[in-house]
Order: sequence, then C-alpha cells, then structure tokens
Amino acid sequence: MRRFLSLGLLCLVLLSTAMTAQAQSDPSTPDDQAALALLSALDVNSYRDKGEAITAILQSDDERARDWLQALLDGRLQRADDGRFVLVLDNRGRDWPVADALTKESLGDMSRRDLDRIGINNALRNQLRSAIAVVDLYSPNVERRRSSADRLLGEVDGELAETLEPVIAEAEDDHVRMRLTQAVAIYRAEQGEMAGVEALTGSLHPRARVALGRAANSDDPIVADAAAAALAGIEQQLKINRGLETLYFGLSLGSVLVLAAIGLAITFGVMGVINMAHGELMMLGAYTTWMMQQLLPGQPGLALILSIPAGFMVAALVGIAIERGVIQFLKGRPLETLLATFGISLILQQLVRTVISPLNRTVVTPEWMSGSLVINDALSLTLNRMYVLGFALVVFAGLMLIMRRTRLGLEVRAVTQNRAMARSMGIRATRVDIMTFALGSGVAGLAGVALSQLTNVGPNLGQNYIIDSFMVVVFGGVGNLWGTLVAGLSLGIINQVLEPWAGAVLAKIIVLVFIILFIQKRPRGLFPQKGRAAEG
Amino acid sequence: MTTLQRKTHPRTLSRFATALIAAAVMGASAQAVAQEDDPIKVGILHSLSGTMAISESTLKDTVEMLIEQQNEAGGLLGRQLEAVVVDPASNWPLFAERARELLAQEEVDVIFGNWTSVSRKAVLPVVEELNGLLFYPVQYEGEESSENVFYTGAAPNQQAIPAVEYLINEVGIERFALIGTDYVYPRTTNRILEAFLKDEHGVAEEDIMVNYTPFGHSDWQNIVSEIRRFGEEGKPTAVISTINGDANVPFYRELANQGIDAADIPVIAFSVGEQELSGIDTAPLVGHLAAWNYFMSVDTDANYDFIDAWIEHTGDEEAVTNDPMEAHYIGFNMWAEAVRKAGTTDVDAVKDAIIGVTVPNLSGGYAAMMPNHHITKPVLIGEVQDNGQFDIVWQTPSTVAGDAWSDYLPGSRDLIADWRKPMECGNFNVVNGSCGGSTAAEEAEAALAE
Repeated sequence: MRRFLSLGLLCLVLLSTAMTAQAQSDPSTPDDQAALALLSALDVNSYRDKGEAITAILQSDDERARDWLQALLDGRLQRADDGRFVLVLDNRGRDWPVADALTKESLGDMSRRDLDRIGINNALRNQLRSAIAVVDLYSPNVERRRSSADRLLGEVDGELAETLEPVIAEAEDDHVRMRLTQAVAIYRAEQGEMAGVEALTGSLHPRARVALGRAANSDDPIVADAAAAALAGIEQQLKINRGLETLYFGLSLGSVLVLAAIGLAITFGVMGVINMAHGELMMLGAYTTWMMQQLLPGQPGLALILSIPAGFMVAALVGIAIERGVIQFLKGRPLETLLATFGISLILQQLVRTVISPLNRTVVTPEWMSGSLVINDALSLTLNRMYVLGFALVVFAGLMLIMRRTRLGLEVRAVTQNRAMARSMGIRATRVDIMTFALGSGVAGLAGVALSQLTNVGPNLGQNYIIDSFMVVVFGGVGNLWGTLVAGLSLGIINQVLEPWAGAVLAKIIVLVFIILFIQKRPRGLFPQKGRAAEG
Repeated sequence: MTTLQRKTHPRTLSRFATALIAAAVMGASAQAVAQEDDPIKVGILHSLSGTMAISESTLKDTVEMLIEQQNEAGGLLGRQLEAVVVDPASNWPLFAERARELLAQEEVDVIFGNWTSVSRKAVLPVVEELNGLLFYPVQYEGEESSENVFYTGAAPNQQAIPAVEYLINEVGIERFALIGTDYVYPRTTNRILEAFLKDEHGVAEEDIMVNYTPFGHSDWQNIVSEIRRFGEEGKPTAVISTINGDANVPFYRELANQGIDAADIPVIAFSVGEQELSGIDTAPLVGHLAAWNYFMSVDTDANYDFIDAWIEHTGDEEAVTNDPMEAHYIGFNMWAEAVRKAGTTDVDAVKDAIIGVTVPNLSGGYAAMMPNHHITKPVLIGEVQDNGQFDIVWQTPSTVAGDAWSDYLPGSRDLIADWRKPMECGNFNVVNGSCGGSTAAEEAEAALAE
C-alpha cells in the first residue's frame, strides 16, 4: 500500500512534465487505446488485480487519471454492454445519464441493466483515497491540498517521507505544513527517532498516540522515556477533552428533553391539562418539516427554516381543535382527560399511517447542519445537535418573554392563579384557555421540527418522548418554566455521565429511580411554586 | 335412538335413510365441486399498524403481488388464489389470535407471516395445534425447528458467521464492537459470535466490546464516541451491528456526523437493508457493510423482473426490494411447487412434498428446502452506496444450508432437526439418540431467555 503511494509520487513528477507535453497533442487513437487497456484492467473480479490496475493508472501519464480514480471511488465508473467505459452522472432511478470515460462526451441516458459497475471494497477505497491524496498534494486548489495533507497522516513511509520534506518546505498553507510535518513525525516516531517523538508531544491525533505507543516500547531508553512522558501528557489532555465532550453530549440530550417538555410545561404545568397527545403534536411538527421539504425540493435548508413557523401553526391549530373538541368538556376531570387525549394520540398516529404511510419519511439534513465543528483532534462537536441546543434556548427565551412581558402571559398567569377572580376582572378565561393550549401545542410542533433533524420521522415519533416529557416537567416543578429548563439539562447530563459505565438501558433506569426517590422527598419538584400560585 | 326406532314406522325409516344417503352423496359432490371452484386461500399475517408496520407492510404487499402473478399465470391446480389479510397490529398476543382466526375460521391453506421472533414464538403453538403451514421470511437467531413452520430467512450460520469470517479473513479486522438492541435476537447472535470469535479465532476478551441499547434508541452520541475511542488503539476495528429497526437511522447519522468513515471502522449490520436505508442520506455511509442473502443490486434478469413487477405493483418509482421480500418470493414458489407436486393443498401432503423442492432464487442460483425446514441460501456481503443500494463485495462460493441448531452454543451443539420419515423430529439429540428427550432443547431455550 505505502509502496504504491511512493511509486505514484515518483511517477507524478514525470506526470507533471508529461502533462504539459500532452496537452498540446490531440487525444489520438493509440493514446485512447492505452487508456482503454488501463481501464479494462479494472474490469476484473479479483480485488487484488483491481488494486494493481489502480497503481497502473496512477503510474500512467494520463491526465484523466485523477478523474477516473475519483469516479471509481464514487462508483460512477461503469462499463456498458458494448465494452465502452462510461462515467455515470446521476445514479438515481432506472435510467442514468452517462458520459464517455475517455472523451467525456455525453452519451444520453442508459438503462442500468446495460451497465456494469466497477465495484470496489473498503481496502481499494483506502488505496484510492491515498492515491488521490498524493496527486492532490500538488493541486492548485488549496482545499484539495489540505484534505490531501489530512489524509496522509499515518500513511507515510520512508520514501514518501523523503519526498514530503521539500513539499513541507515549500508549503504556503499553514494547515498543510502542520499536517505534513505531523505525518512525517508519526513515521519518524514509529521508527523510534527522537525528533519524531519531540514533534508529536502534545498532538491529540489518534495516529500520533499509536506512534508514540510504539516508540514507548523502543529499545532506546531515552526515546522510550520521552515517548512515555509525551503519552502521559496527551492522556491528561484527552481526559479534559473527554469531560468536555460528555458535558456537550449531556447538554445536547438535555436540550432535546427541554424542547420536548417545554410545551407540556405550559399545557400541563400551567393549565393543569394532562395531554397524552403532546407527543403526537411533536410528530405533526416533524411531518410538517417533511411536507415542506417535499414542497421545496432541492432546498432542504430553506424548507427547514420555513417549517419553524409552519410547524408551530399546524400543531397550534390541531391543539385548538383538541381543546375545543374534547378538553373543554372535561375540565377538572383529569382521569377522563388523560384517557380522552390518549385516544386522540392513537387516532392521530393511525391517521398519519393511513394518510401518509406507515413507513418513516426521509427528512434531509441541510448541508450546513451536517458534520461537526472540529475543536481539536480529540474533540469535535456535532453541528446538528449544536443547532438544536441553540434552538431550544431560543424557544425557551421566547416563551419566557411571552409569559412575562405580554398581555397574554399576564392573563394566563392570572387565570391559572385564580380563575374566578380573573374572570370577574374581565378576563375571558375561555379565550385564554384556547390561547394557552395553542401556545403549548405550537411549541410541541417546534420541538417536532427540531427532532426531525435528530431522529426518525414516523408515526411513533411522539410515543418515544411523551414519558420523558412528563418526567422532566414533574422533576422541574409543575408550572415553572425555569424548572423545566434546569431539569431537562441536568437529566441530560446525568444520563450521559452514567451511560459510559452503566450502559444505555441501565442509565435510563437509574435516572428513573433517581427521579422517583427525588419526588418522594420533594413532591413539588426542583422549583416548587410558592405563595398564591401554589395549589392547596 | 331406541325410542325413535320404536315409534317410527319401518317404511318411513327406510325412506328417511334413503334421503339421508342422497343428501350425503349430494353434499359430497357439492363439496367436491366447491373444492374445484373455490379459490385457494392464502393467509397473510403481517402487522399493518403499530411499530412493525414499517417493515411488515411491504411484506404483505409482496405476497399479494405474488398471488396476483400466480393467478395471471392460471392459478394453482386450476384454482385461483385468494389473499386473506389480517392485521395483528404489532401486538404479539394478537398474532396468536389472528393466526387462530386464519386457520380455524377462514380455513386458509397456508400462512405467510411474522417478522419479530417474539411474534413467531406466539404463533407457533397455534400453528402446531391446528396443523397449519407458516412461512417465516426473516433472518432470525435459530434454535428452533417446527414441523409446521418453514424458515425462509437466514439462520445465524447463513448470515452472522460468514460475515465475521469475511471481516477476519478479507478485511483483517482484529477488534470487534458488538452493538445491538436489547432483545432476544441480538443477545443470542452476540453470544454465538463471542463464542465463535474467542474459540475459533482466538480474539482476546479486551478486543471485544459489547453494548446493548433499548428499542428505538435515538441518542447515540456517547456510544458512537466510545466506538471511536475503541477503534483508535491501533488495531483494525469493526462494528458488528444487530441494531434493529429504525434506531439505525440516528445511529448512522451520528456515525456520519462524528466523522467515522467506513474505511477506518466499518460497521457490518445484520438488520439493515434497502428499506432501512431509504430513510437516510447514505452519502456519508458509503462503504459500511451489511450481510444478507439478497440485495436489490443483484445483477440478474430474474431480479430485475422482480423489481420491475414490484415497482409496477406499488406504483412507486422509488420502491425498494429487500431480503425478506426475496425470502417470501422463494417461500411462495416453494409452496406452489409442493402443492403442484402433491396435487392437493392438504397440509400433511404439502409438508411431505416440500422437502427437497428446489426453486430459483433471485441471485441467479437455487434454493432448496432442507429436511430441517430451513433453506439453502448464498451469503452476500454488500457495501452501502451513495444511492441507498448495496454493492456486493463478497459472496460464498456456493449456497449454505441453514442450521437450525447452532454449533457454537453448548446445549444446541448436539441437536439436529429432520422432518422426513421416519425421524420426524425437530430437536433430535445425536449423542443419546432421542428426540427431544434430552434437556438440550430446554437448555437452548433457557439460553435464549437469558
């Protein structure tokens, strides 16, 4: 494998000179025949032979080599029934648009029955990536040079290390220079050279750790001691990073719990309605996201942003329907409300199953939400969860504003504290009920929009969150939005701290037992309501 | 009766008897006519609502499509086929009730159904009591062989074991993370795999990581980061995933977001097929593996015909096919062939006729029904592609016969199943030569229950 790389690199020097010469001559027939022979060597069953064919392509001085290798890596290099090699431009559906691999001329659509893909496996994929990385080291595109340098970490051998020295000296980009220096240092450390060990001190990259681990077993006691010391320092750093990571995991799980529970904190906490259909309102929010993406194909990001108001509206309207249709007739009868809303949740689920599909729907994650934010080699924060965390905080702040600063909030608080008094002061309690329930339901819809980015959008989405939501509200203190925030985030963190050593199943049980014990001690939760607001 | 004789005139009596005989003859002929004209009833026992609807509803459609095709080709024994669909609603006890309804009230000739092992265990006593026929199309943990059930999905030796051998021999993996959902299939499979890795390949205890998560688990951050660290120790590492159902979507999403690439730590899954992948963007998952006996990407004309028919049947251009669908395709054709061979739909005749029946599968080979009611299947390893399909990177040189009782578990090692005469036993102990007489079956059961 490493030998291929070095060979490829040597040829590259030839290639760059050959390329200029070739660019002037027309693509002649003998040239294409040679290319065809190169590609035909790929069309074999054995992956080992394919690997050799890839090396041959890399060593050929053909300027199309990189395109072919990239197409092969992407599974787009295919052979038609008539023996021609084609590049598939789009492999969805039954007929695919293709272009000739040699001339790049479009050949129109071809049926997938008439095409045979040149298959690759993970080993070849590794080889191809490294081969492309070596080619890209000299690319004029800085992004390609950077990813090429990232790729070469841990892939360097003696010959390549020699070749890389001048590249490092000439590198203009800091990232490229830093990575290539590390890559060479990893090789040197593995060889037991002191220079390598010193260069790797403080590096958090796993390959560096493995290299230092090997150096620590070196025969040279000085090198071994230095490597062991470097490793100890790295372990210390890793521990801190691991702690930060767990904290982030906890906050992110907590933010999901807060989002799911905050709507319930209003309908259950403030209004006192046990709404078992709360989860299904979340599901409707998630389906709204899916619907918006169907309406705006190709623009998942815009659709997601538009889903925020749309999801709120849909869930709020359904919430109003539930309140007017059922809950208003069951005032003060919690058991009946519970059963009726449970029935509604089943109806909503089956409705989605019949009208849309029992199958989960694909909600696309927009480009800017996938991947992770790399802090260092040992710590990176996943972007989708970071957005959800931010969104949860914004929703929470918005709700606090509404409850504290608007007339609606004032009326809601008045009605919940003393309904009769509020009514006699001229507040239309029925209208307030509707608005409050719509608000709580709408927030559930918002939670659904966020969840569509983290979990499955299917008829059962709501069921998975309803218990957790009640748990958070009760733990935080019924009727207290701050309580919900603190309870959600702390339960998230507790869960994630426990999970590594207790396992996911046991961690959940421990959290549940903890809450039960806590409620025994403090029945009103973390932040009990005091004064007149407290019932009884 | 004596009082009747005493009171009735002899002539009346004889006239009465004649009438009776005539009625009986007429009835019999009427019944014969009915047999010729009445459609053959095919029961479909798949959940159309509840959690399992996501997987099972497509299987219902598959059987309906196969019945349609059979009817267009002139039916079976000159009779038309008729589907009887019931909905057990992902509710395990309801499966047993619905099975009873199919067999006792609807009097179906055969049942195609079930997905989860627990639902199959619920139906088993009913099918055995009422002597029905059940074709079970899903890969499962083995340790079972019933006279009335035909297992057209893979047993562990047709999926898990070859997959692990592929990882060790072809990819050179030395460390294994066994990640699964917390229920019977992953636990049994992982027990078999752990024993297999340690005993057959000498993998050390610290090179195996086992982790179970609840059904529908959606927060994978911690586990994925643990897998990442597990794989950073310098030895080639792979994840063997028995994660079930839609918990896979957030799992793969988290893998992609944390930047775990298949070239570094490949994940090989036993429960992820085209259907599951149709719920995610697969571009970041390219190269992760799955082990099945069929992939939609199999390059044979029979498969392309099947896919075209399926797309036409569903009216959905994007519709995908998967392994359990092929299992139903094979099972249905085997049953039809056995009925033709026996010349009747009578359960006992079909049961005898079906052993040894060989029909083409969709991957260009043949599937044969073995005496232990399992079938022969090729084992395919596929890598995920960016279009949600699998690219087949390895397959067994020939088909593998399903083994009802695993060779790697104590207790089940000595058992074989053979439903041919004269043995006719699902758990024959080759050591003491008795059928079900040993405690081995119960030991295996207890192992399952653990």
